[in-house]
Formats: sequence, structure tokens, C-alpha cells
Amino acid sequence: MPKNNSKNKNRTKQPDHNYNDMSFQIRKFYYGDIPEDKAGGAIVSKQTANDWPLWEIFIRSKQGLDHKHVGSLHAADAQMAIENARDVYTRRMEGVSIWAVESKHIHASNPDEATSLYEPANDKIYRYPTFYDLPDEVGHM
Amino acid sequence: MRKIFFIDQGLRLQSPKVIRFFGSAKCYIHPLVFTKFVFMSVLINQEELFQDRVDNEIKIEPRDWMPDAYRKTLVRQISQHAHSEIVGMLPEGNWISRAPSLKRKAILLAKVQDEAGHGLYLYSAAETLGTSREQMINDLHSGKAKYSSIFNYPTLTWADIGAIGWLVDGAAILNQVMLCRTSYGPYARAMVRICKEESFHQRQGFDILLTLSRGTPAQKEMCQDAINRWWWPSMMMFGPRDSESTNSDQSMKWKIKRKSNDELRQNFVDMCAEQVKVLGMTLPDADLKWNEAEGKYDFGEIDWDEFWNVVKGNGPCNKQRLDARRKAWEEGEWVREAASAFAKKQQQKQKQDKAA
Repeated sequence: MPKNNSKNKNRTKQPDHNYNDMSFQIRKFYYGDIPEDKAGGAIVSKQTANDWPLWEIFIRSKQGLDHKHVGSLHAADAQMAIENARDVYTRRMEGVSIWAVESKHIHASNPDEATSLYEPANDKIYRYPTFYDLPDEVGHM
Repeated sequence: MRKIFFIDQGLRLQSPKVIRFFGSAKCYIHPLVFTKFVFMSVLINQEELFQDRVDNEIKIEPRDWMPDAYRKTLVRQISQHAHSEIVGMLPEGNWISRAPSLKRKAILLAKVQDEAGHGLYLYSAAETLGTSREQMINDLHSGKAKYSSIFNYPTLTWADIGAIGWLVDGAAILNQVMLCRTSYGPYARAMVRICKEESFHQRQGFDILLTLSRGTPAQKEMCQDAINRWWWPSMMMFGPRDSESTNSDQSMKWKIKRKSNDELRQNFVDMCAEQVKVLGMTLPDADLKWNEAEGKYDFGEIDWDEFWNVVKGNGPCNKQRLDARRKAWEEGEWVREAASAFAKKQQQKQKQDKAA
């Protein structure tokens, strides 16, 4: 009995490489979004040790075009994320380049603040070419 | 603070109109008029604003405010849809090793891989609503979450793979084309992606049946037999009749669904009744008849007892399918663990290299 006890004590002191003991809390960022708890009506979910992190995938469909967000997937590391992205999102030659970004690294603007965020651009109609009435003789400009 | 919050909401409501004003140019809105717009809508509550956006065909994105019930309905529907793609691999996987030629094997393999991809697009869309992958998988394995009942029927012959492609994928496409215009952005985008790939599935199925229908008498019989067995379960894929569908009204109002079960089912019948003629086969419905006056096919009654029975878990393969999923999950546990451990080790190595 005493022997067992000391063993247990040892184990609690050194939670070394037992991956089942990894019960840390990870905040989830869906589609690069801040956690939904702030937006209300969220379904709170628990992340466990073997849940691979979420990655956002961006694909360049051909040379000369931007990378475009296509969705997300789970992978243990960056290399696996890229390989999985190839299998999930480019089965029909949809891409020539893949970016994988761990979702938690993406910062997003808050839609609730959209109005004030974009407000400065709202009343500057003179930024549009149609604001200027020019004589027809000017032609295409 | 509170006031600013409401003003924000108000502007969001008005924004399409405001943009239209600005877009048509030449008219400059005086700030005071603008403010009036804002205060007009201050009194409207969140839910009405949400509905207003939906009515105006503005897509809802993950971080936008949405009613709890909308979120729950979507999680339920999208995860069910994802599970259906994943479980749907099982009846077809049954035939990969037995497909009649190398070409057919390669095609079927590609199709089954597509289904896995479709499942992933959908899980990814559902996760934007705040549910976790693990939760969804757990719900599937515990039997709490449903998947399409069609996959609880067995694939007994090679012709069944053809019938699945033509009828089951054909029915799914009608539903999915409608869902490309669903109100929730990530779901709609996943659907667009899926629809692009799905027509290959239907065509390859029809191709299998067409080949059989031009073959020996035994092959022809096999073809007709598969159609006979898959027709009614495919008709059931559209769900209960509109009069008995509990979720339909609200889903239509929220524009999650855009066509009713009965509407889609009618489209399906009209489509298949013509295509079956190309095969020189028949659909197993004595009441199937062209209705000249209404410009559509009349068809017989679905066996609703069978429908509810399979939904409740008493179909021919319900247990077998879930057992197969659970087994795959449990036997894959060590792979998931090993990959996590490897990733962790690599990270530590990188840290050490940096420190050194």
C-alpha cells in the first residue's frame, strides 16, 4: 500500500508526457472569428486533448490570382494541414498553392462594430467618379 | 454604450438601402436625414433585424447575431448532412473491391473519396456555428444525431451502385442545388462546392445502369431489380409530407430551406420518370402517370410506416452502419494520438533548435 501511494504521488508531481493529462482550455476561433460567446446564443463546446487544432485553408486557384479562403480542417501540424487541404480542397486541380493558418492566429473585425468601423467612408461620395459632372466633350475619362 | 449598440443595429438594417442611395450616385444624403434613418429603426429588435436581413437576401455570416433556434437548426441540419456523407461511404465502399473492372474501381474510389470531402466541407461549415467536430462525431456514434435513412439500405448487387448514383445522388442534388441559396453563408458556400462535384456522381451511376441495361438478360434483370429496390427509399429522402413536416415552416421563413419537401419530391419524379425511359426500364409505381392538365407526373403513396420505422433505427442496416463508424473511430484512435504526439515533439524540437 505505502509503495503504491508514493508512486501516485510521484505521478502527480510530474505530469510529464502523458498526453491524456493535457486538459488545458483552448479558446476556439471559428473562421478566424472571436469566440462566439460574445455574440450571444453560442453553443459552448469543450475541447479535449486529442482534438487536433483547426486550420483555415486558403487556395490560389491559378498563378496571378489571390489566395482565397475555402474553408477549414483539423490537423495535428502545419504539414498535415497542407496535405489534408490538398485532399479535401484540390481533388480536381482547384489550386496551385495552399496556405494553412491556424484559426486562432486570425484576428477579425467585429460585425457589431461594423457601422462605426466603416463610418468614415460612408459620407465621402466625392470618392466615386460619378460624383463629378463633366461636359460630354471630355469623352471617356 | 447601449445606445450606440442599437444605432449600430439600426444602420445595419438600413445599410442595403443606404448603399443603394449612394450607388445610384448623384444624390447626397444630408447627415440629418441619415440620422433620421437610424432613429427610425432603433426600436426594432434584434430578431426583426435578423429577419430583415434574411428577407433582403443578405447572407448570415458566422459572427453575425442570429437567433438561438436558427443556430440550433443549422447545427442539426448541417451536421446531419455531414454525417450522411460520411455514412454514405459505407454502402458504396462495400463494392470498391468487387467493382467489375479496374476503371469502375478507380471511379468508385474517387466517388467515395468525394463523399469524404463533402463530409469535411460540411463539418467545417457546422463548426463555424460553435459546435466542435468531436461533439458532432460523438452525437453520431451515440445515435443522438441522425443521418439520411437511405444509407440504412443494403447494396446487394453491382447494379445498386448505379442506382445509388442515379437515384440517391439525383435526389440529393435537387436538395443541394436548393441549398446553394440557403441563408447561412458557410453552408451555402459548402453546397456550391459540393454541387460542382455531385453531377459526376449522378452521371457515373446512370452510366453503370445504362451499360447493364444494354447487356445480357441477367444484367437487365439486375438493373431493374436495383431500381425497384432503390426507388421508394429515394422518394423518402425528401422527408415527410409538407403537412407533417415539423421544421419546414420556420426553415422556409429563415430561408434555410427554399423549397418544400413535396415540391422537391415532385421535381424528382418528373426528372426520373423521363430518364428511366432511356434505360428501357420502369419505375416500380403502378400509379405513375403523366398528368397533362397539371404538367407533372402523378405518383403513388409512399409507405410512411416504413419511412418512420427506418428513421427510428429499425432499417435493414442501421446497426451495421453505426457499428462500422464506431469501429473505424475506435481503431483510428492510436493514429490520432500518434499524430498529436508527433506534432508536439516537432514543436519541442523547433524550440530547442531556436534556443541553441
